[in-house]
Amino acid sequence: MAKKYTKEHEWIEVAGTVGTVGISDYAQEQLGDVVFVELPKVGATVAKNGQIAVVESVKAASEIYAPVSGTVAAVNEALAKEPALVNQSAEDKGWFFKIALSDPGELAGLMDAAAYKKFTEGKA
Amino acid sequence: MTQSQGETLETTPLHALHKALGARMVPFAGYEMPVQYPAGILKEHEQCRARAALFDVSHMGQAVLRGPNVEAALETLVPGDIEGLGVDRMRYTQFTNEAGGILDDLMVTRRADRLFLVVNAARKAHDFAHLERHLAPRGCTLEILAARALLALQGPAAAAAIARIVPGAERLEFMAGADLRAGDVPVYVSRSGYTGEDGFEISVAAESADAFARRLLSEAEVAPAGLGARDSLRLEAGLCLYGHDIDETTSPIEAGLAWSIARRRREQGGFPGAARIRRELAEGAARRRVGLRPEGRVPAREGTEITDESGKPVGTVTSGGFGATAGGPVAMGYVAPEAAKPGTRVNFLVRGEARPGAVVKMPFVPHRYAKG
Repeated sequence: MAKKYTKEHEWIEVAGTVGTVGISDYAQEQLGDVVFVELPKVGATVAKNGQIAVVESVKAASEIYAPVSGTVAAVNEALAKEPALVNQSAEDKGWFFKIALSDPGELAGLMDAAAYKKFTEGKA
Repeated sequence: MTQSQGETLETTPLHALHKALGARMVPFAGYEMPVQYPAGILKEHEQCRARAALFDVSHMGQAVLRGPNVEAALETLVPGDIEGLGVDRMRYTQFTNEAGGILDDLMVTRRADRLFLVVNAARKAHDFAHLERHLAPRGCTLEILAARALLALQGPAAAAAIARIVPGAERLEFMAGADLRAGDVPVYVSRSGYTGEDGFEISVAAESADAFARRLLSEAEVAPAGLGARDSLRLEAGLCLYGHDIDETTSPIEAGLAWSIARRRREQGGFPGAARIRRELAEGAARRRVGLRPEGRVPAREGTEITDESGKPVGTVTSGGFGATAGGPVAMGYVAPEAAKPGTRVNFLVRGEARPGAVVKMPFVPHRYAKG
C-alpha cells in the first residue's frame, strides 16, 4: 500500500496488518540534523495521535505521534548508532518503528502523497 | 520558530546574501537571521572547528562612547577594568544592576579617544538607554553605529584567509584590534570571537558589507555558518548566552565570571551591585554555573531539572544541546555549591525520566585562541 501522511508529518506504509512509521522528508528538513531518536519499546500499545517517540535534532526535541492505534512490533535499531539516517533517508532507511494496526479503518483519515505535498506547500 | 502577528523584523546588510546562499531565516532578537545554511548546523559547526566559518552578527549593537574620562565613567556601570585597558585592547565585562545581577554582557574596546562597545542584539535598546541615562549627566555622548555591519570569521584557518583580504589582521594579538583596509574599504578588525577558536570580528560600513562578505566567502577555507552553529560552538566553548545562562538575577560570581573582574575593581567597588559581588567573592555564591555532561546521546536542554543521585533537586540546565566536536550532549546550568565540584554525579530529568550524567570542567572543547 502506498504511504500515507499525517498533519504532524509522520508517514506510515502498511503491508498486511503491520505499518512501518517514520517522519517525512519535509519534516527532517525542517528539524535539521538529527542526533538522537527515542524509540518506543516493542510490545508497547498506543492510541492514534498518542505520543510514541521523540526526535532530538541539534536545535530541539520534537514529539512523534502514532498515526494509527496499535502495538509496536519492531523498532529501527540502526537509528541508535546512526541517527543521521533520519536526515539521509527519512522515508526509507530512517524508519522509526513498525506497528500492528488495531483499527485499519483509521488509515482512511490520513493524506496520500499528493495531498501531503499540497499540505506542506500551503505551510511554506 | 514562530513570531507574533504583525511584528516587523529588521534585516541586516547581509540579508540578500543569506537568501542567495539558501539560508533558513528565523526571527531572532527582532531580526530575520540565518539559523543555518544548506550544509546544516553540524557541518557548519565542524567547518568552524576545522577551517573557517563566516557569521553575520550585524544584529548586535555597536556603539561609541565619548566624554571626559570616559573609561572611569563606564566603570560606574560595569565591574570590568576599563581604565587598565591599553589602546585598541578589548575586554569582556557586564552591565550589572544594584542587586548584583547582570543587565547584559558586552565587549569594550579602548580606542585612542573613545570606547567602542558591542552588546547583545536583544538588549541593545535597553543598554543604550541605560548608558544615556547614567553617563549623559557625566558629560558622555553615545553614538549608536546603526549603519555598520559586524561579521565574525572564526576557525583555525581564519588568520590565513583574512590575511589575503585585510592585510595586517593576521598580526593582531588576541583581544586586540586595529583600523585596517580591505582594498579601498576601511574596516575595524579585532582578534576575538564567540566560538573558542582563533578568529576575527570585523566592523564594516553597511554599504560595503555584502561585497566584503562575498570576498571572504570566496576564500577556499571559508564557508558561511548560522546562529545554530554559533550557539553550539559557544556552548562547547563554555561561553554564556545572555537571557539563558546569565540574566538580571544571576551575579557574575554565580556565573563563574569572577575572572572578568580585576583586583582593583574588587577592592574599590564603585559599580552597581558591588556589595553582593564582593560578598560572594569572599563567602562564595549560593549557586554556581557549571559544565554538565549527560551520559549517552539524549541532550539535557534548557530548563531541565538537575538532581543529585538521591533525587534531591540541585539545579537547572540553562543551555544544553549536542556538541558536535565533543561528540555528545553538553550543557551548562546552575547547581548548589555542594554539587558544583567537577566529577559530581547528577541526574537530568528529561521527559520524566532521570538520566545520569556529571558535573564537568568547561570548556568542553579546549579554546584555541591566538597565542600572544
